[in-house]
Amino acid sequence: MRIDGRKKDELRPIEAKVGVLKNANGSAMFRMGNTIAVAGVFGPREVHPKHKEEAERAILRTEYRMSAFSTTSRSRPGPSRRSKEISMVIREALVPVLFLEEFPKTAIDVHIEVLQADASTRCAALNAAALALADAGVQMRDLVASCSAGKTNGEIVLDIAGKEDTDGELDLPVAYYPHKKMITLLQMDGIATKEEMKKIIALAKKGCEEIYEIQKKVLKEKYKEGDKDEQ
Amino acid sequence: MGDVMEEESEIIEEKTETIEKEEKIRKVVIPGDMLGTGRAGHGTYEENGTVYSKVVGLMEKRDELIFVIPLCGIYNPKRGDGVIGRIDEISFSKWIVDINSPYQAVLPLSEAVDEFVDLTKTDLTRFFSYNDMVFAEISSVTKTKSVQLSMKDRKCRKLRGGRLIKVTPAKVPRIIGRGGSMVEMVKELTGTQIVVGQNGLVWVKGDNEDIAAEAVLEIEQKSHIHGLTDQIKNMLTEKMQKGDINEN
Repeated sequence: MRIDGRKKDELRPIEAKVGVLKNANGSAMFRMGNTIAVAGVFGPREVHPKHKEEAERAILRTEYRMSAFSTTSRSRPGPSRRSKEISMVIREALVPVLFLEEFPKTAIDVHIEVLQADASTRCAALNAAALALADAGVQMRDLVASCSAGKTNGEIVLDIAGKEDTDGELDLPVAYYPHKKMITLLQMDGIATKEEMKKIIALAKKGCEEIYEIQKKVLKEKYKEGDKDEQ
Repeated sequence: MGDVMEEESEIIEEKTETIEKEEKIRKVVIPGDMLGTGRAGHGTYEENGTVYSKVVGLMEKRDELIFVIPLCGIYNPKRGDGVIGRIDEISFSKWIVDINSPYQAVLPLSEAVDEFVDLTKTDLTRFFSYNDMVFAEISSVTKTKSVQLSMKDRKCRKLRGGRLIKVTPAKVPRIIGRGGSMVEMVKELTGTQIVVGQNGLVWVKGDNEDIAAEAVLEIEQKSHIHGLTDQIKNMLTEKMQKGDINEN
């Protein structure tokens, strides 16, 4: 049993919603326990500044941001070293599933705002971003599902939350490209043996599969009404 | 034995028939969904002989061809589409037109004007000036996504006055309706002029602009409902009658 009463291989309660922002081309909200992320996708659209444009593919720009009120003590708004790094890893986790060559000379902008942080924010951010991209009609090979696993009190557990993150021994976020069973993001904070590492990754993958099913369900729900259409 | 086999094959045939019938109800698919084997049409990709969807949309199968009609997304210019555009820039012998897409379109003078124009003496704003709206046809789209427009077709013209409504490009076919039935009905009942661009812009002009615009937005929102044409028809007749009473 863990601090919040979950089993070792249990995810936090998940809530997801597609199409939450009206002004974005595509958007999604993803909540894992007390971690909430909202993502908005703009584009494909014209690239500004012009020199960043690429002749044969669209460029993907991601921006991860934490709200000032997302943590217990106020987090200073504006880009930080941490948020820049996370923006970059999220971008690199998403690129393998996108058909960027379908929209040459354009930019796809993904803005992610973490409204509430309680560990694994990059995972929630990625899950929201993948849904928002699909909602924006961007061509994709698959969605990307992400979740973390780690070690607290010597035990290997899934979906690190709250105290498990701050006091735990290891936190390992994973992003997963389910259909090819490929890992597109793997970071680690802590120390583990080779054997433990294997177990942790396997557990994280299992969590990602579960999240993937939820993502698929939510996305289909939004468009389900189109089922019976004629024309 | 042989008879049993035949019977079985008959049953199988029956089953496939019902499956085919079911398939006529289009299925909602999302990126990564497996669609079976066949030729990969638009909105799909092939990997190891299996076809997968790459967009959120409705799957359709025609013989061997599998394709997905997208339900969302921005407008991607296609040859032959009639689009509504805004004049963005004027250069020596052409106009640059914003067509509600990531790619700007070029409208050459020769494709827009029938008469002979002496470029040394004429100001191109005489035909189209900044921010003028035009309805034009896409005559070509290159691989590098440079888009050419033409206004040679009879339906192409400058749109004066009226108002513009932005809708999701994926829902344009619903606004037009089967063989133009939906838009024709709205035009007739409200007595307005309506031009629908494939790029998700709808131009409305007339005394009952408000009602027509409302109807267009209603169609966009309820595009998935069965028998929408009748529903919109009722709504419009009701609204128009009310308008008549108010006028008197």
